[in-house]
Amino acid sequence: MSNTDFIIQVKDLTKQFGTFTAVDHITFEVERGEIFGFLGANGAGKTTAMRMLCGLSYPTSGSGTVAGFDVVKEGEKIKRHIGYMSQRFSLYDDLTMMENMELFGGIYGVKSRELKERATALLHKLEFIEERDTMVGSLPLGWKQKLAFAVATLHRPEIVFLDEPTGGVDPITRRQFWEMIYQAASEGTTIFVTTHYMDEAEYCNRISMMVDGKIKALDTPANLKKSFNAASMDQVFRILARDAQRGD
Amino acid sequence: MRGFLKFVKKETLHILRDSRTMLIALLMPVVQILLFGFAISTEVNNVNVAVVVPKWDEQIRQSINKLSSNPYITYKGAIAEHEIDQNLRSGKVDAIVVFAHDFDRLMTQWKQNGNGKAAMQFIMDASNTNTAQAGAGYLNNILAGELMQSNSLVETHMLFNPQMKSAFNFVPGIMGMIFILICAMLTSVAIVREKETGTMDVLLVSPVRPLTIILAKMTPYFILSCINLTTILLLARFVLGIPMSGNLSSIIVVSLVYLLLSLSLGLLISTIAKQQIVALLISAAVMIMPIVMLSGMMFPVENMPAVLKPVSAIVPARWYIDAMRKLLIQGASFGLILKDFLILVGMTLALLAIALKNFKDKLE
Repeated sequence: MSNTDFIIQVKDLTKQFGTFTAVDHITFEVERGEIFGFLGANGAGKTTAMRMLCGLSYPTSGSGTVAGFDVVKEGEKIKRHIGYMSQRFSLYDDLTMMENMELFGGIYGVKSRELKERATALLHKLEFIEERDTMVGSLPLGWKQKLAFAVATLHRPEIVFLDEPTGGVDPITRRQFWEMIYQAASEGTTIFVTTHYMDEAEYCNRISMMVDGKIKALDTPANLKKSFNAASMDQVFRILARDAQRGD
Repeated sequence: MRGFLKFVKKETLHILRDSRTMLIALLMPVVQILLFGFAISTEVNNVNVAVVVPKWDEQIRQSINKLSSNPYITYKGAIAEHEIDQNLRSGKVDAIVVFAHDFDRLMTQWKQNGNGKAAMQFIMDASNTNTAQAGAGYLNNILAGELMQSNSLVETHMLFNPQMKSAFNFVPGIMGMIFILICAMLTSVAIVREKETGTMDVLLVSPVRPLTIILAKMTPYFILSCINLTTILLLARFVLGIPMSGNLSSIIVVSLVYLLLSLSLGLLISTIAKQQIVALLISAAVMIMPIVMLSGMMFPVENMPAVLKPVSAIVPARWYIDAMRKLLIQGASFGLILKDFLILVGMTLALLAIALKNFKDKLE
């Protein structure tokens, strides 16, 4: 698609709602194949920034590309090349596992026969194949989240946006979930993930910390800890968020 | 197009698997038609009548025979004059016919001259005005009809609905309500449900165009409503015996426009409401109440105070019900409902434009 090593390149991206500046001139790059952690307190502007990157919302000013397409002009093309999993569980409870996969695969234009093969393979890998015709609503939350991730990557997107994917899930499932993320990353998919859990931040290749609409820090977890002289990412986050004006 | 069909399939599965909604959507029209057709009616049946007879004679016996054989009257027998008040108060009877003591002679006089002194008196329990009026009407017809008609200045014909069946009146009203309920209420709730559960976000990030999502969402409800339209028309024709003398294609065309209007209304509500419960409340408060009260379904528009008449004019159901009444009952031609039709088309276009604009604005 694009020869550059950066799958996301953003310069001075800004979003204003009236007089409120939700996202304030953020500039950063995400490398292809990287697991990029996008952190920040509630209200810091993470979701707004992510919506702009996904082509859901127009930036007020600034520029950027995602998967080689312009975030201002080519939102529709961006949508075709990304996967998305929202913080709320986002599959249909009253459809079966297979039907959910067929629906979302179909939306992204995966051909029927190939879709069947990929879906079956994924269900095998997740060991869900026995439950293929079970309504998603009756599955445990951990299963649903894994399935949602599988659905988000079904069409082999170049980059997947995960908006707090592990909210409310037990630690064991969270671990398994991260194994899936690693696997996808090792196959070349870029992962862009927001999270509340600071231990998860350690799993990322690089992390950006957002405070009051601005990116306050961006580096590998190890470097961040070193430069803030902190023992854990949790501590780094506390130091950065101390001066936050917004928040819950 | 393939994406669209996938979506329609998905929406259809949602409806099919939600058996309660499905049941309501398909059974409600049938139940309402049957309820209004047979059980609930504004017709007054079984008026309980007693008589007071000071002196029996052949004329009175004949009159009482006529009374007791009439299907609308339940004859309760003769009572004494001093029992009148107690019978009415206790609710044992709704009406009492008091014959004059020289009934025989007065009636003969009437028959010969066409005028004379009153020969009988109806005492009605008017605590329910409807029953009292209808009852008095029946008694008048049964006991004096023959006399009045032979000498009357006025001759009345009940056209279109000679038996005055109230079901005739209700069917158009029920149609006006059902389609709004199914198209507007169920559609808006279905769209808002996706917002509430978060699946809407996932759909919007996908390459599918928002308009496709909405159209696909409406399609199954549109089909459901077409099924209902068929059921209602069949029931009305073959179970209630409504003449349906108007042109069938006119009925269908006007109904389809009304369906579109309801769907646009549903879309508009879904752009305003953020929760399913809000969508339901708006539907109920903004649509059901005005339809029942102001559309002319129950209370004639002509009787409304001047303040309410303009309000009723913006209730779409008013025009649809009016058109359906003319087409189904009177057998009017399309030309006669042209005004109703054009108003409905205008309202549909306006609503659709507002809804789509609102929908696009909300996306940003």
